[in-house]
Amino acid sequence: MAKKKFYLGFRKRQMLGGILFTLPFVIGFVLFFLRPLAQAVQFSFHELVLTSVSYELAPRGWSNYLYAFQVHPEFTRLLTEVLQDLATTTPMIIAFSFFAANIINQDFKGRTLVRVLFFLPVIMGAGVIMKLEMNDYSRIMLQHAQEGARFGGAALRNIFENSSIPEGMMDYVVGAAESLPMVIRSSGVQILIFLAGLQSIPRDVYEAASVEGATAWERFWLITFPMLTPLILTNIIYTIIDSFTVMNNELVLLIRETMLRGAGYGVSMAMAMIYFVAIAIVLAIVFAVLSKRVYYHV
Amino acid sequence: MTLATKHKLKGYFVSFLRTVMLIGICYVIILPLIHRLSTALMPIEDLYDQSVRWIPRSPTLENFRLVWEHMGYVDAFGNSFKLATISSVLQVGACTMVGYGLARFKFPGSKIIFAMAILTLMVPPQLIMVPMYLNFRFFDVFGLLGDKALNLIGTYWPFALMSLTGTGFRNGLYIFIMRQFFRGLPRELEEAAYIDGAGLLTTFFRVMLPGSIPGLVVTFLFSFVWQWNDYLYVTNFMAGKNFLPQALEGAATKVQLAIDEASALASTSGFLDDHFYSLINNAGMILVILPLLLLYVFLQRYFVESIERTGIIG
Repeated sequence: MAKKKFYLGFRKRQMLGGILFTLPFVIGFVLFFLRPLAQAVQFSFHELVLTSVSYELAPRGWSNYLYAFQVHPEFTRLLTEVLQDLATTTPMIIAFSFFAANIINQDFKGRTLVRVLFFLPVIMGAGVIMKLEMNDYSRIMLQHAQEGARFGGAALRNIFENSSIPEGMMDYVVGAAESLPMVIRSSGVQILIFLAGLQSIPRDVYEAASVEGATAWERFWLITFPMLTPLILTNIIYTIIDSFTVMNNELVLLIRETMLRGAGYGVSMAMAMIYFVAIAIVLAIVFAVLSKRVYYHV
Repeated sequence: MTLATKHKLKGYFVSFLRTVMLIGICYVIILPLIHRLSTALMPIEDLYDQSVRWIPRSPTLENFRLVWEHMGYVDAFGNSFKLATISSVLQVGACTMVGYGLARFKFPGSKIIFAMAILTLMVPPQLIMVPMYLNFRFFDVFGLLGDKALNLIGTYWPFALMSLTGTGFRNGLYIFIMRQFFRGLPRELEEAAYIDGAGLLTTFFRVMLPGSIPGLVVTFLFSFVWQWNDYLYVTNFMAGKNFLPQALEGAATKVQLAIDEASALASTSGFLDDHFYSLINNAGMILVILPLLLLYVFLQRYFVESIERTGIIG
C-alpha cells in the first residue's frame, strides 16, 4: 500500500492530499456548525417555547427582524455604534501591533520580559475575568483615578486648535490618543501573529539584501513588509472577530439580555443574524480590497 | 566626527527611543495587574481607607486562602487543566492538518473549504449556542442512532468532538494561521521528499511539521489559554461542574455566605459588599491567571529558539 504512493501522479497526489487533510474539518463543519447555524436561522423566524420534555416552535415570519429594527429602542443605534467603533479601532490596532512586533523582534536587553508583558492582556482579558472586571469596585476606582489622563486629549486639541487641520481628522487623532491604552491592551494576539511571521522570514534574504547594499529602511519595506502582508489580513479578521467575543461588546450584551429577559429567543436570534450579516459584509469588502495586494512567498 | 562615532550615536539614540516607548507601553499593560495584585493582598480596612492606594498597609494572604478554599481550587484546576489539555492538543493537531491541506493542495473545493473555515470564525458563538446545546443533549449523528440519542452534556465529548474536527472555539483562526504558515514555507523541501519517495503523511510529519514549530507553539498557546478562560462553552456544555470560570464566578458569594454564617450576623446576610467582592475576585483572578502566565513564560523559550531554527530551514 505504502509503495503505491511512490507512483502517484501530481494531480492525484493533490487530490488525495487535499481530501485526506481537510476531510475531518468538512465533517465537523457540517455536524457542529452548519446544522446548528441552520437551526439558528430557523429559530430566528420562530418563537422558541421550552416545554418540560423538549421545545416547540411557533412560526413568526419576519416579525422578529422587523421588531429588532423598528420596535426595539436601542438595537439600530447600538449596531451602528459597534460597526463604527470597529472601523476606527481596527486600523489603530493593526498599526500598533505591526509596529510593536517589529520592535520586540529586535535584539535588546530584557526582550524576553517585554514579550511576556505584551501578551499579558490576552490572558487577563478573557471570558469570566472580563465579566467580573466590569463590575469590580476597585477597578472602577482606578478608572476614576486615571480620569486625569483624559486631559491629555484636551491638551492635544488645544495645541492644534488654530491650525487648519480638518475637524474630522482632528477628532480621529484625539480619539486615537485617548484610546491608546485600549488599543495596547487589545493588541496582544495580533503582536504575536506578526512576531511569529517575522521569525519565519529566512535570515539569508536579509543577508543577501545587505550584501547588495540595501539600507535598513529598504530592507523593511522591500522584505519585511511584503512578507507580513498575509498576516495583516489574518490580523484584521482576528480583530473583527475578537470584537464580538469580548464581553463588553454592548450589542452582544443586548442580544444576551434580549434572550434571557427581553423580547425572547426568536428576536435575539434575529438580532444576532443581522449582526452576523453586517460583519460578513464588512469582511467581504476588506478581503476583496486586500487580497490582491497580499504577497505570498511561493 | 568620524563615521563610526556617528553610527554609534545613532545606535544609542535608537535604543533610547525604544526603551522609552517600551517602558510606556509596559506601564499601560502592567498597571491593571499590579493594581489587581495589590488589591488582592489588602485587608478590607485598607480598601475603605482613602490614604491607601497602591501598597497595602498590612498585607495579608487571607483573601487568597478564602478564595482557594471556596473555589475548590485544586478540583477546579484539575478539571480545567484536563479540559484545556485535551482540547488544545486535539485542536492543534486538527487545525495543523487542515491548514496544511489548504495551503499545499489544489483540488476542487479547496477554496470553498477555506471559506468555510473563515465562516466558522465570523459567526458569533452565541448565535449557535442554543442549537449546539440541543444537538449535544440529543446526540444522534444524523439520526443514525435513532431514538437512542446520547446525552453528551456534562462530558468531555462535545469539546473532544469539536476539537478533533477543527470546529471548536476560534478554530477557524488556527486553521488560518497554520495555512499562512505553510504557505510561507519554501516548497523545495517537500518536492525533494516526494522525489525521494516519501508519501503524503511521511512528508507532512517528518518534513513539514518540524519547520512549523513557531506556528504550532502559537496555536497551542492560544488554544490552551482560550479554553482555560472560556466561559461560554464551559457553562453551557458543563453546567454545574466545577471548572475555574464557574468556580471564580461563584467564589465571592460563597465566601460571603460562609462568613455570614460563621459570625451569625443574620442582619447582614445577603448584603453584597462591593469592597469585599472586589478583594475576593481579585485574589481569585490571580489564581486563575497564574498557571497561564507560567505556561507562557515556559513556552517563551521556544519562541526564541525558533528564530535560530528558521535560519536553517529557510
